[in-house]
Amino acid sequence: MTLVPLPHRLTSRHRETADTVTFELEPLSGGLGPFAPGQYAMLYAFGIGEIPVSVCRTSGDGRLTHTVRAVGAVSRGLCDLPAGASVGVRGPFGNGWNLRAARGHDLLVVAGGIGLAPLRPLIDAVLAEPAAYGRLNVLVGARTPGDLLYRAELPAWRRPFGAVTVDRPAGGWTGRVGVVTALLDEALFAPENATAFVCGPEVMMRATARELVDRGLPAGRVQLSLERNMRCATGHCGHCQLGPLLLCRDGPVVPYDQAEPLLTVREL
Amino acid sequence: MSRPAPVPSTGLIGSLSPGHRERLLALAHEVDHPASTRLFEEGGRADRFWIVRTGTVALDIHLPGRGPAVVETIGTGGLVGWSWLCPPHEWHLGAETRSRVEAWQFDAAEVRAVCAAHPEFGLPLVTLVAETIGRRLRATRTRLLDLYGPQPGAPSP
Amino acid sequence: MTGPGDIRAATGAPTEAVLGRDGLDALVQVLKRRGRTVVGPTVRDRAVVLAELDSADELPHGWGVELEAGRYRVRRRTDGAVFAHSAGPQSWKSFLHPPRVRQWTAERDADGGLTVCEDEPPAVSYAFLGVRACDLHAIRILDRVMIGGKYPDPAYGSRRKGVFLVAAECTEPGATCFCVSMGTGPAVDTGYDLALTEVVDDGGPRFLCRSGSEEGAAVLAELPRHQADDTTRTAAAEAVRRAAGNMGRSMPPTDLRALMRDNLEADRWDDVTARCLNCGNCTMVCPTCFCTTTEDVSDLTGDHAERWRRWDSCYDLDFTLLHGGPVRAGKRSRYRQWLTHKIGTWHDQFGSTGCVGCGRCIVWCPTGIDLTEEAHALHQEATRQGPTP
Repeated sequence: MTLVPLPHRLTSRHRETADTVTFELEPLSGGLGPFAPGQYAMLYAFGIGEIPVSVCRTSGDGRLTHTVRAVGAVSRGLCDLPAGASVGVRGPFGNGWNLRAARGHDLLVVAGGIGLAPLRPLIDAVLAEPAAYGRLNVLVGARTPGDLLYRAELPAWRRPFGAVTVDRPAGGWTGRVGVVTALLDEALFAPENATAFVCGPEVMMRATARELVDRGLPAGRVQLSLERNMRCATGHCGHCQLGPLLLCRDGPVVPYDQAEPLLTVREL
Repeated sequence: MSRPAPVPSTGLIGSLSPGHRERLLALAHEVDHPASTRLFEEGGRADRFWIVRTGTVALDIHLPGRGPAVVETIGTGGLVGWSWLCPPHEWHLGAETRSRVEAWQFDAAEVRAVCAAHPEFGLPLVTLVAETIGRRLRATRTRLLDLYGPQPGAPSP
Repeated sequence: MTGPGDIRAATGAPTEAVLGRDGLDALVQVLKRRGRTVVGPTVRDRAVVLAELDSADELPHGWGVELEAGRYRVRRRTDGAVFAHSAGPQSWKSFLHPPRVRQWTAERDADGGLTVCEDEPPAVSYAFLGVRACDLHAIRILDRVMIGGKYPDPAYGSRRKGVFLVAAECTEPGATCFCVSMGTGPAVDTGYDLALTEVVDDGGPRFLCRSGSEEGAAVLAELPRHQADDTTRTAAAEAVRRAAGNMGRSMPPTDLRALMRDNLEADRWDDVTARCLNCGNCTMVCPTCFCTTTEDVSDLTGDHAERWRRWDSCYDLDFTLLHGGPVRAGKRSRYRQWLTHKIGTWHDQFGSTGCVGCGRCIVWCPTGIDLTEEAHALHQEATRQGPTP
């Protein structure tokens, strides 16, 4: 189903932070997919509207997990839904993370804020097949300790290297303080044989990509998940253009060598 | 019985040429601090600096009524302290170990003297320290943007 | 594409004939009898608009147009020509890709369950009468955007499927036309069912008519007609050839895609921004501008909701709205987006230019911004500065 939402039932919800909720959706019949890590769905809140949301966990049976931050009418509507409510879903859409190109490489997963959500299924996929990859580094940045997503799962991502840093420590926080790029000095990777997956605010992604390229990663092996306004997800509405790219179709994952000249043009 | 900490391949030490690295490390004193050790205090004389080999150091500032507020942490390979480089050689923050910290400690006056006597070593070293300061400044500016926080302006979908 | 000779061999139907006024009248009636909704040019509100036609009487017999940047006037002609007017304010996209389309409806039942019903495509079968070469290309471009990708759009596809296209070759281009620069006209090449070339001489208007499809040949066989003669053929070819030499505008002789890509920070963008009102008229009249937005509405009970799609414009501030604000916040970036997309990045996205040289955007710009003038200016600025290293 790509043009008409397929009804799903919200089976469980978990409040991650003050403004962010993770919920699981189960198709009422059939199901969509399969969704690859980094791909997204259009989620329809009844009578309010539709927004693109990356999958943050998939299962083989059509169930989808999404993490939504309440920042607008639709996302707030979705975050407020109780278990049992219906959600319309279209998808899967877009290019996901190119994990196949990273086989045998050291991996750098760098997330900022809600940007961890589209990276979680990638981490799941790597952990399901650890022998296929080199060292996994998970670097997570958040605003405050209270804004951290998936807190219960973070410890499992600590080996061989995983770290969390916050902009503003609070409440007895004993972890790292500072930007996520500061953690790169400690990550375990051979730049000539590494692939990076980066998702977060655009400024954070550009800073991270620059640092990685400075450290010797080829720009084409730094993958960013970009965001623009998306209305249709099917390449027809024109809203998500970034120069030559229709991000709904040619993204959201774009390698930095392709993204860099576009992101540096103001208001492209 | 402590294992020898590795020489970091990143950060300031990793960026020095092998010859300059050897020269700098010749000036180093190995130190090993337990967690919660105060390394220096705001306003104190900046007569030393450190390069972290393992562990984490927190930079903090004392706020009346709130105690020390951590503004940044520095991990493996990181340079702790740069106030030693420029007059008046006074710390503008405090520093405390967050875990056990193994580090190379340097005597600031000694390093400054070697730099002055051997500019072919001093210039690259000072340039690397400036790079470190620059990177921290950029990071601080990024944090000023509060990128992960709620965005002011128009409502979004 | 089957060649005309093959059609004749297969069906015995004519591939070429000359139609008079009676042939044109019959054409509309035959198409209607075949269940077609016939849409063609007609004079309304002092403009040549596209509308449903009941008879060929409604065509703009003896009407011409005067075009200039920011100016459109219909004028009376003495020769009675039917197709001697160039592009009007509308294009065929209004019928294939309507300004508002309901895509689906949704019902919420008492248990909170959700049922979504896709809207049935309309049971309409169009015949477009008088499609210019530039507009034939525009339809092909829209085809690539709307039904040529991974997700064919059913609203467009159902309207587009089986459209009967009667092309009209251009014999009198307007002052704002530049189809020759874009390689889209004035002659029609392929993709039509019937092609008309109007010849106006002492005998009054007549039309050299060629069929380009089996159905076209079958329709032609039903019309009163004369055998095509060399005089008419020569006059028709000469009229189209003359039209090619009478283009009012031209694009600079350069790779427009590269010109757009490599000059995103040109000073000229500031100059055009000072004149641009960001009204979006150019996007509305453009025969290929396809952008849309979605509207979700619900009724007062809150249990019935609808998804509508309506035309949108890249000049709208909300077009690029993200959490926090619009990406293209400045007027300059919005004009730049429109032009660089139209003749530049369209190639990357859909494999061709998005401009067919019809000149509508020049005519209907309230401040007379002329994209050919802007392209020339950008080219001059780039040439002055030399190639970037």
